[in-house]
Amino acid sequence: MIPAAFEYARPTSVDEALQAIAEGGDDVKVLAGGQSLIPVMRLRLAAPETVVDLSRVAELRGVRDDGDALVIGAMTTHHDVMTDPLVQQYAPLIAEATETVADRQVRARGTFGGALVHADPAGDLPAVALALDAEFVIAGPEGRRTVPAAEFFVDYLTTALEEGELLVEIRVPKLAGEWGMRYEKFNRVAQAWSIVAVAAVVRRENGHIAEARIGLTNMGTTPLRASAVEAALAGAEASPETIAAAARSAAEGTSPTSDLNAQADYREHLVQVLTRRAVTAAAGL
Amino acid sequence: MTQINVRVDGVTYTDDVEPRTLLVHYLREQLGKVGTVIGCDTSNCGACTVHLDGAAVKSCTVLAVQADGGEVTTIEGLAPNGGLHPMQKAFHEMHGLQCGYCTPGMIMASVDLLKENPDPSDSEVREGIEGNLCRCTGYQNIVRAVQQAAGEMRTAGNGHTSPAEVDTAAAPHVAAQQ
Repeated sequence: MIPAAFEYARPTSVDEALQAIAEGGDDVKVLAGGQSLIPVMRLRLAAPETVVDLSRVAELRGVRDDGDALVIGAMTTHHDVMTDPLVQQYAPLIAEATETVADRQVRARGTFGGALVHADPAGDLPAVALALDAEFVIAGPEGRRTVPAAEFFVDYLTTALEEGELLVEIRVPKLAGEWGMRYEKFNRVAQAWSIVAVAAVVRRENGHIAEARIGLTNMGTTPLRASAVEAALAGAEASPETIAAAARSAAEGTSPTSDLNAQADYREHLVQVLTRRAVTAAAGL
Repeated sequence: MTQINVRVDGVTYTDDVEPRTLLVHYLREQLGKVGTVIGCDTSNCGACTVHLDGAAVKSCTVLAVQADGGEVTTIEGLAPNGGLHPMQKAFHEMHGLQCGYCTPGMIMASVDLLKENPDPSDSEVREGIEGNLCRCTGYQNIVRAVQQAAGEMRTAGNGHTSPAEVDTAAAPHVAAQQ
């Protein structure tokens, strides 16, 4: 199918983009890589009045080192994120999870910021951003503001972005100390969405787990942190038994859906298994 | 209508398109590049894969206006005038197809994969073409074909991925497509 007709704007700077969004009428969609938006428009699930294409906004692309944080431009493609040396050095979890997103064609076009703003609960990157305590820099008519990941994902396909605003970059804090990371994803076939996935970030200290941060994909309408597991692991001995015991709480506080791929109770089981695997790997066991 | 300038298989085109026109429709219906096929129309099957600025993309999931100023290579422009790219030759020789519908996309994705990884393992080939569905072959001969092409291209030391050059001096839009 072909999308419904729309007005097309192609700004070359963030300021121009904000202006185009402001002038675009009641229903404006921002086009990043288009790998979610174009399919949705093709099916006419969305028929925006105006599409603002960010492909020429060069300032939104690329990864830079900003001292204590890694800054990823919202329009950086999945391919460029996962092959970036800074990402591989400071946030290998992002590279690992991004490699599992869709397929190479989609990763060539799809963007880091686009995937986060789309906020699909089955998408891989929201849980990763949550586990890494990333911060979202948002530009709007009144200037810029920064929103922590814990407040960015509000509901199903809904973020803290207000009308007229634009995600410009994502700040990922560099981690000090000895950290291990792992993304464990379960899906039925290549290029499919996650049925459940777990992002684990673990700081090790003297044979113990000093701190664990665990993000869950597709266990509710937003990405979630496995707080009960994190609490059980803080200061715990880094052993397979301790991790297995802690992982049994992984479904606590979640509300997974039932769909064609899995029933909710299956997801509640799966998240425990994947949490155990992810934390075990991240702890270097 | 929006005017776009795009170089496709070595020929530069200037065309007016509706912003909602998908790249695959522009290629097939406006340029007559019917070698690029539409399979699923849902971004899953990869049959419509072309190269846009050197990377494999699903042309059903790109707007023609997004290709403005860019360079597109389709299956028709992969090898110079009437010849076969090593990947095309390998699909032929290794019988990497049955009905052939997925083949243009398979070949474009495989060429893109080898550019990044000239010597892939069988499982890397399978992962590399995970965005392309074949409902006939069970993929066995496709993997063999990609491996044969990889071997040949390594020997030749030639990625051979740039589009065939066509002399377009003073060639009007349609005449340039012969």
